[in-house]
Parts: sequence; C-alpha cells; structure tokens
Amino acid sequence: MSNTTIQKDSLLRFMTCGSVDDGKSTLIGRLLFDTKTILADTLTQITRTSNKRGLDVVDLSLLTDGLQAEREQGITIDVAYRYFSTGTRKYIIADAPGHEQYTRNMVTAASTANLAIILIDARRGVLTQTRRHSYLAHLVGIPHIVVAVNKMDLVNYDQAVYDKICADYLAFAHEIGLAQSKIAQGHDIRFIPMSALNGDMLVDRLDAMPWYSGETLLEMLEKAPAAHTEQSEEFRFPVQFVCRPHASDDHDLHDFRGFMGRIESGDIAVGDAVTVLPNGYQSKIKAIQLGATQLPSAQTEQSVTLLLEDEIDTSRGDMIVKTGSTIEPVKQIEAFVCWLSETPLSLARTYIIRHTTRESKAKVANISYKVDVNTLEELPAEGSLAMNDIARVSFKLAQPLMVDTYISNRATGAFIVIDEATNNTVGAGMIQN
Amino acid sequence: MTTKKALSHLDWLESEAIHILREVAGQCSNPVLLFSGGKDSLCILRLAEKAFRPGRFPFPLMHIDTGHNYQEVIAFRDQRAAELGERLIVRSVEDSMKRGSVVLKSADESRNKHQSVTLLEAIEEFGFDCCIGGARRDEEKARAKERIMSFRDEFGQWDPKNQRPELWNLYNARSHKGENIRAFPISNWTEMDVWQYIERENLQLPSIYFAHQRDVVIRGGSIVPVNVPLVSGEIANPSRESEEIINMQVRFRTVGDISCTAPVVSDADTVTKIVLETATSTITERGATRLDDQTSDASMEQRKKEGYF
Repeated sequence: MSNTTIQKDSLLRFMTCGSVDDGKSTLIGRLLFDTKTILADTLTQITRTSNKRGLDVVDLSLLTDGLQAEREQGITIDVAYRYFSTGTRKYIIADAPGHEQYTRNMVTAASTANLAIILIDARRGVLTQTRRHSYLAHLVGIPHIVVAVNKMDLVNYDQAVYDKICADYLAFAHEIGLAQSKIAQGHDIRFIPMSALNGDMLVDRLDAMPWYSGETLLEMLEKAPAAHTEQSEEFRFPVQFVCRPHASDDHDLHDFRGFMGRIESGDIAVGDAVTVLPNGYQSKIKAIQLGATQLPSAQTEQSVTLLLEDEIDTSRGDMIVKTGSTIEPVKQIEAFVCWLSETPLSLARTYIIRHTTRESKAKVANISYKVDVNTLEELPAEGSLAMNDIARVSFKLAQPLMVDTYISNRATGAFIVIDEATNNTVGAGMIQN
Repeated sequence: MTTKKALSHLDWLESEAIHILREVAGQCSNPVLLFSGGKDSLCILRLAEKAFRPGRFPFPLMHIDTGHNYQEVIAFRDQRAAELGERLIVRSVEDSMKRGSVVLKSADESRNKHQSVTLLEAIEEFGFDCCIGGARRDEEKARAKERIMSFRDEFGQWDPKNQRPELWNLYNARSHKGENIRAFPISNWTEMDVWQYIERENLQLPSIYFAHQRDVVIRGGSIVPVNVPLVSGEIANPSRESEEIINMQVRFRTVGDISCTAPVVSDADTVTKIVLETATSTITERGATRLDDQTSDASMEQRKKEGYF
C-alpha cells in the first residue's frame, strides 16, 4: 500500500486492538490531540481530571474514558466510535476493548474496519493477546494490518528490541498462515515503532528514532486504500425497499417501480443486463437515480434506485446481479461463527439468519470444531457454543440465500444470527463455502 | 494497486444514512421521524427525500414541543413539513403537564428532560415501533457507544450493558410490541460533516443559526438569551433584576429548548462562514451551547437511560 497515492477527501474506517496496558487509549488520544481534534473545553476537562489524579502531564487516555457504568466497574464494556479528520481524509475509529472475554467486541469493531492497528508493548513483545488480535483481524477480513510497537521510550528507543519483535511477529504470522494469506490477497502487514505517550512516529516523526525511515502512523493511515478500491468485485445489489408511488396524483408516476438499495460491491451502468435472484428473472437497467439526479452509472457503496426495462415482480430481500454472474441461491451454508450471546447456541433451536436484506429461518446442522483464539488450535465443540466462542458451523436454511464466500465479498459473505424469542443478535457469521 | 476511486466522505456518509433510513422502512411496521426544525433533523429530511422520492416518506414526522422553543424554529418546522407535503405530528410537554405525567419542580425548571415523558406517551398513542433521530456519536461520550439501531425496553430505557451487537451493515431493528428502536442515520457524522452537507445541498435553515443581534446576559459563565417571546405569547427566560442585559451578535450552534441552549458570539451570517468558523472553532458543540450537559460528567448517559433521545 506504500505506492498508492492519497485520495483526497475519502473516508477510512480502522480499528485499534490492544488492552489498556498497551497504551491504546493513549494512542487514540494522541491521534485526536495531534490532529487538533480535541477542543479547548474537552482539554480543560481532562487536564482537571489529570491534576486531580496527581499527574503533572495531561493524560490523553482520558479522552476515551467511557461511560459511568464502565468507570464504576473499572472495565470497558463496549466498542466506542471516534472521529477525526485531517483535511485530506475523514477517519472513523472503532475502539474495541482488548480482553479475552471481549472477542465479540473485537469482531464487531473489525467487521467495518479496513485497517487494524495491533499494539504491542515493546517491553513485553508478542503475547498471547497479540496472536488473538491478529487471528481475529484476519478472520474478519481486515485487509491491512499495522503492527505498532509502542512504548519505545521505555526501551531507550532501541532498534534491536524493535527488530526482534518484528521478526517474532512475522514468524508467528507465517506459522498461522496469516502472512501467506495476506500476500496472496494483495494485502499487507506493516510495522512501526512508536511512543504514543511522547508522540513519536504518530503524527509527528520527532527525533528519538532516527534509525526508522519508514512512514509515520498518520502517513500510513492517509495512504491506506479505502474499502472496495483494491480489486474488481462483482455487482451485488440487495433490494431494500420497492418504491411504487402509484397512488400519487402524478400520472407519470403511475407505472414507476424503483428498486432501492445500496450497491454492496461492483458497479452498474444504464443498459447493463441484470438477473433478479432467487427467481432468475432477466431484464436491463433502464435508469439509475440518486434522489432527483439521473446517473449513467453507479459504484460500490452508493445508495441508489434502479429502474428496470421490464415489469418484474421484485421485493425486499431479492438480489439484483449482472446476468452471467456466478452466484446461486443456496439452502445450506458453512461459516465461521462468533457467538455473541450469554445464552449458548442450542442445536434444538431455530434461529433467524439475516443476510444482506434477506432473512431465513435456520437450524444448526453441525458444529465441526471450535477455534481456541489464543493457540488457534481446533477443539471439539460438544454441541454448543458459549459467548465469545468461534466455531465452524453449518446451517440448514428454510429460504435460499444468495451468498458469496466472505473472503471474496465481505458484504454478501456475512450474516448475523438472531434469536427469535428475544430478537437479540446472538451470532456473527462469515461464509466459507 | 488502487483500481477504483472511493466515494468522497460526504457521499459515503449520505449513502450510509440513506441505507439506514431504508432499513428502518423495510424492517419496521410503524416508524416515525423526529423532526425539531434543527439542523441535524433538516439533514435527515433531505436524506429521506433522497431515500424515498418520488414516493412519499414511509413515516410521519413528529416534534415533541417543550413549549419553550424559538418562534423562528417552530415557524420553520411547519413551513418545511408543508413544503415536503408530509404529515407532521406535534405533541407537547405542556399537555403532559396538564395530564399530570410531567410535574416541574419549579416554574422555571428546564422542560428539556421532560420531553422523554411526552415522547413515550406519543410512542404509546401511535404505537410507533421505531423513532428516527438526528443524534451523532461525536456529540457526547455517552453517544460514542450508541448503536445505529438502539434498542429501548417498554419503559423507553437504554441499557448500555444490554445492547445488540451491530456488525457490518446488518442492522437488527426487530422489536416486540411495546418495545422500541431508536434509529440514528447520522451517527457517524460530525458537526463539521453536517455543516458541509448543509452547504453542499444548499439546505435552508431557521434564521437563528446565523449571526443576529440578541439580548443576552452572562449567567454562570455562559451567554444566556433573555426575554425570549414564545409562540404562546409568554416570555421565556426573563432577565433577573441584578443582571445587565447586553445586545450581542450571536448565533446558535444547536437549537433546542430555550432554557438549555446558549448561543455563541459570532459574525458568521452564511453557511460558508459557519463552515469556516466550525473548522477553526476551539470549543465542542455541546461544551459551548448545552447548559444541561454541564451539570454532571455523566448527565447525558443518565438522561438516555431514562428514555431521552
């Protein structure tokens, strides 16, 4: 990604992985502070709190201080979203707590991220949690990984310490196949030494590590490709809503039938031949609209309205693809599932799977194995899954779903599992077959 | 390596918000869009036009009126709803006071937090299963962890420990009868994004967002507008005898109940000037203008638990 150019005004979603001890809050606080996102009243507030705690410098980690309920219990409950902008790019940070019991939070934060910063404490090197964070970032398909060796100030900014940690990490990344798989997909793992506390190599280079000639963290973020820009993808358009304003007084609108949705991948142009799944009806794109604007074509991530040449009976949950595209409705799926609920998965229950804009009842056919997220060992699942478990599961579906593998398409390869009794979201799935 | 151009950040945010609005329409049977006449809800109206035109909105608009709103904003609210040709429901905190469900501690207590009661009453009256609102995660730290589709129980309560995980763009807006979803299509927008969108879309706003002369006093370090005429003919925020009334050039960064929205000193009289001022501002939006958030470090979190938006 180093040879790409900065695309002005785009947006990047990234996540930070690490526990409190790694300086994650300080890193985020430093990014916000050094990009001038922290305003005077907030700074006054955290300065006051820092003084109250007897600190003589402002504790930037207080910027990400959580809810009252969390402070009372001294834990971080949930993923928090933070924002900053550099003038060239807007950033959305998903800040996930790093403890083992919060695998589900990490998976949640990772699901929308295109880059992950994995923090390592320079004094402690590659730890069990580093392996866990790396595996999960990989599982959830984050294409770009930045391994940030933090607290370099506490090891005298020693290059040998940094080099050893990089070598250890790469060895482990090869061992679990992470490195090979990243390369195969054109993705990358990069390293950076830093001190979030002092600000070395985040926004400013400073002068403590002249031996490091690579990019600063902010330079890496500014140049990281936005989602969907790196490879060509097939056109996928799940229908969200059908617009039929026939009751309107306007006679021109009597036959208007617009299929509304967000292009999850690929692009489309007026005149393209399309197929509506699961029924397989064929037609051509007559018009593409965004509000009152007529577009000749539209691309990934745009929410548009499609008009077809032929009158086709289509409703929410159908998917429009280009004719000839390799996607078939399936009634059985195999996936890696992260269980999110305190109520364990039950083989006896019927669940709802929501995939794009479509829902189907589903039953677990089989749990092949669980993955120990620390050792990456495969373990027997014994017929159930508890919160934070990751397992390979196959489901039988009542309704056909139009799926891609998660590795080829993060939008049409993902689903959530809903408990019909409570309506809670209890599982997250990434399709493998 | 880059093969395609990504959307600009405003296009991306717009598209995300349209997607969320359409998910509400697709998943909920009786949603409502909360519309105050303020800048965030005006952005959402434009997004709803882009999401649903040439059809009608699949939800009515609703305002919970404290009775202590600026006349200019109320007039603007009515005008905008009429221009769009969409149904506007107004429910008022004063009616809740008459029913006895809202009791003020004193006549001059802020009615802002009591909107929760009136909102819950309206939800019950109409059987709404989802309320769409303009809250943003950058506003306040209790909002930073808010879901885009946020679940509220039968009492309208937000339980930060019991929120549905929200992954990818797969939103879960299911609810049982009596429960409620709050949907926030512009969760990921900042104040700057809102102003840039208003500028790009050339959105009209109530006049009090722009620099104007106003009688104010300095009370507890904040600029407090005084002697504000209300739609009802009454006067809100009467000045106190000891206070010196100053006529100042100010504008509002947020617009809400008069008792808790303070203006900032400004000469920005166009959207473009406001965008510039926002870019160079050194004070957060709520820090500058929301008198109710300053009472306690956790006051927003507390209000949200009680059913506040």
